[in-house]
Amino acid sequence: MNAQVPLTRKDFQTDQEVRWCPGCGDYAILAAVQSVFPELGIPREKFAVVSGIGCSSRFPYYMNTFGFHTIHGRAPAVATGLKLARPDLEVWVATGDGDSLSIGGNHTIHMIRRNVGLKVLLFNNKIYGLTKGQYSPTSEIGKKAKSTPFGSVDRPFAPLALALGAGATFVCRSVDVFQPHLKSTLKRVASHKGTAFTEILQNCNIFNDGAWDAIAEKDVRDDHVLFLEHGKPLIFGKAKNKGIRQNGFDIEVVTIGEGATEADLLVHNEQHPSPAYAYMLASMDTRPGFPTPVGVLRAVDAASYEDLVNGQIQQVVSQKGKGDLGKLLRGPETWEVR
Amino acid sequence: MSTAIAPPEAVSGTKREQLLSAVIRFCGDSGDGMQVTGSQFTNTAALFGNDLSTFPDFPAEIRAPQGTLPGVSGFQVNFSSSEVHTPGDAVDVLIAMNPAALKTNIADLRTGGILIVNSDSFTEVDFKKAKITSNPLEDGSLAGYRVFPVDLLKLTKAATKDTGLDAKSVDRSKNFFALGMCYWLFGRSMDGTLRWIDSKFKGQVAEANKLTLRAGYAYCDATEAYQTAAYEVAPARLPAGTYRNLSGNTALAMGLVAAAERCGLPLFLGSYPITPASDILHELSMFKSFGVITFQAEDEIAAVTSAIGASYGGCLATTTTSGPGMALKMEAIGLAIAVELPLVVVDIQRGGPSTGLPTKTEQADLFQAIFGRNSEAPLPVLAPATPGDCFWVALEACRIAVKYMTPVIVLSDGYLANGAEPWKVPSPDELPSFPATFRKDPEGFKPFMRDTATLARPWAVPGTPGLEHRIGGIEKQDVTGNINYEPANHDKMVRLRAAKVAGVVQDIPDVVPAGDPEGDVVIVGWGSTYGSITAALLALRSKGHKVGHVHLRHLNPMPKNVGEVLKRYKKVLVPEINLGQLAFILRGTYLVDAISYSKVEGKPFKQSEIEQKVLEVMK
Repeated sequence: MNAQVPLTRKDFQTDQEVRWCPGCGDYAILAAVQSVFPELGIPREKFAVVSGIGCSSRFPYYMNTFGFHTIHGRAPAVATGLKLARPDLEVWVATGDGDSLSIGGNHTIHMIRRNVGLKVLLFNNKIYGLTKGQYSPTSEIGKKAKSTPFGSVDRPFAPLALALGAGATFVCRSVDVFQPHLKSTLKRVASHKGTAFTEILQNCNIFNDGAWDAIAEKDVRDDHVLFLEHGKPLIFGKAKNKGIRQNGFDIEVVTIGEGATEADLLVHNEQHPSPAYAYMLASMDTRPGFPTPVGVLRAVDAASYEDLVNGQIQQVVSQKGKGDLGKLLRGPETWEVR
Repeated sequence: MSTAIAPPEAVSGTKREQLLSAVIRFCGDSGDGMQVTGSQFTNTAALFGNDLSTFPDFPAEIRAPQGTLPGVSGFQVNFSSSEVHTPGDAVDVLIAMNPAALKTNIADLRTGGILIVNSDSFTEVDFKKAKITSNPLEDGSLAGYRVFPVDLLKLTKAATKDTGLDAKSVDRSKNFFALGMCYWLFGRSMDGTLRWIDSKFKGQVAEANKLTLRAGYAYCDATEAYQTAAYEVAPARLPAGTYRNLSGNTALAMGLVAAAERCGLPLFLGSYPITPASDILHELSMFKSFGVITFQAEDEIAAVTSAIGASYGGCLATTTTSGPGMALKMEAIGLAIAVELPLVVVDIQRGGPSTGLPTKTEQADLFQAIFGRNSEAPLPVLAPATPGDCFWVALEACRIAVKYMTPVIVLSDGYLANGAEPWKVPSPDELPSFPATFRKDPEGFKPFMRDTATLARPWAVPGTPGLEHRIGGIEKQDVTGNINYEPANHDKMVRLRAAKVAGVVQDIPDVVPAGDPEGDVVIVGWGSTYGSITAALLALRSKGHKVGHVHLRHLNPMPKNVGEVLKRYKKVLVPEINLGQLAFILRGTYLVDAISYSKVEGKPFKQSEIEQKVLEVMK
């Protein structure tokens, strides 16, 4: 490939027929990724997209990069091995709520704990799609699905809160239908060192249609979505007159002009030294009257796992010299038989 | 360092009786340092030039209640002036640190054998813990042995009184007193252990251990009773070369490093701690100067899948575990088979099912290795025969994995892993070389095109311009690798994957039976039973019996002449530490009336057991 010719969206499309259901939110996510990758200035062969199992995990087949569709839940672990072996690659992980939070929950938290340099796209549709409609670990309590005809009684995970609990250095959220927002968020994801954990609210129009309507639908979204911008106050609402104010150890929704001014509001700081602030944002949407924050909740610098692992190897080599196989085979003590 | 073999020094002018070989067993509480004591005696015997074989046998509990039966830990070494194949059926010298150790080990001491007991721990309290009602030192039950009661603790206290060491640390030194005594009994130099103590311990503790070791030696030298218990076991006549003492897990770790060097790739290990495989992780984590990446994963599944990711990225990738971990890895191994990436999976077998006997040996994962995955998922399976052979099998497994683009399973076991033997050190240039090649040329590239000779697909690692492609666990179209669900394509792919693994047979040597090339009985074995079978074979043939021995290193596929060789004998006997897994496969594959000989006690076979069984089937 000639490096002089800039890449386009088309360069990242494959000749494979896309087999998601018509109207699936995954199409919009694919389009956004395919339009962001060429803008990153990275040669196409340096991208590797790794996935697990589920609708979202078919993603690599449609990306004209290196791609690995692995097994259920294990994409973070496969990707960790790949990134350790090849820190030069841009390794993206495509996963779903069942894949990464249920069967692969352990790998997800440990990937985040280690801060492996992986870009994780969690397609959250709050349902099992590929197995035809069972409730998932992000389904709301009372979810009536194939396996819960009387409603689920499980409490759901808040994916970003879980990630923060595991020590995430970067968490963000966007929505399948928010194309410009999704693209700008993906660019932030691309530039983070360490695990960049992205929740993308995605509609499954077959098994959980409208799950995110309050956020995605144009006429109501402004009252339910809080667009986060670093250094800007937490304001939302159609009239831009609602905001989030700190109240002791808690937060509250206030209306500007009704006993509160813009100056009273919390100002978004994605680099807040305490993860508690981002945790509060990550779990806000589960509370009545509170909006769903989208954008970058937290972005702090920390050494990536692959840099630490490979740095240690380089350090040992520089101290002890390159390993000598003959010496290794002889071991600490030998004797001669003549 | 290198030590030339010298004749044993006659330290005190004691007249020593010449023995061809001797079996010594140290046993005591799991906190008594029996593994250290046994290892030190072994190293000294190895450096002296004896051939040897060891059998460490310890409980799964780190510290079971002191003095109790479940807490007994043992280490047996057979050292000889001629070739040795097993740790020995009967013990010549038994060192028992407490009544529990005595009770659980005395049955293996040969009549007339030497028994050294720590009489300080033969009190009523100790008897109660060991669940015995009378003092064995007084009740006449030890009449058939040469018993030497020694107040180990008191003597150790006396030896270390000037070091200012606390009572607990003094207690921990007493194993060195016993070791010093054994060095005297066999006229051994203490130098190696003194050096080791200096490298391992500091200050007072090092001083106390050295004083205690010397005190044990001097005690025997000065005590008249021991003058009739002085022996000598001359060095063995091994083939000329440089030797070291080597255990199976260390050999395996070294083999993997050597393989990476010889194929020109960095080594990646994904592993999760599990007994008895963890030592391979420990060893490899020390080899960073070879560029080895060791990843202690969050679980067994991440251990294998991270290795698959590293293999995809172009590393020589491996994962190490034991039986329960194998069970967890199986879905991922199926993925490696489906995407056709090289991977070496090492299973250090232990007693099962489930948690089973974590520190004891077994050979019952053969079915799991060959058949343990969903659908048609064949892969090559290899097994080392001795601790030193673990090195060579690791190399061979890597060679096959890289050449055929396939996962390979290595079945070692707890006995090989912890057992040790003298190993002739090869020079790096003598090792097989198998440079890995990555596909670079985009022209005509398809991810599942195949080499006509090996049926291997190209290894096209991410980062190679023009080779962007997708792989995955879903069935692939032949050649293109695109998702494909067509019936005829699936049938073709299933057969191609099977043919590729079956084709490894072109690349492995035929079996050559040891002993008689035809005759009454052929003993067919695999893995760690090699030593016992070899010793039994030698004994049987020296008595004029027509017996052969086939030991399978390649269990899948098997060498192409196995079926023909087995038919040259009237009977086929298959001793295994399982309920007849290889026998079942031989019957199914070759329509041969293989007779299974099973023992599943967490211990290797004795030579005599196999000898007896051969005589029985010959009737």
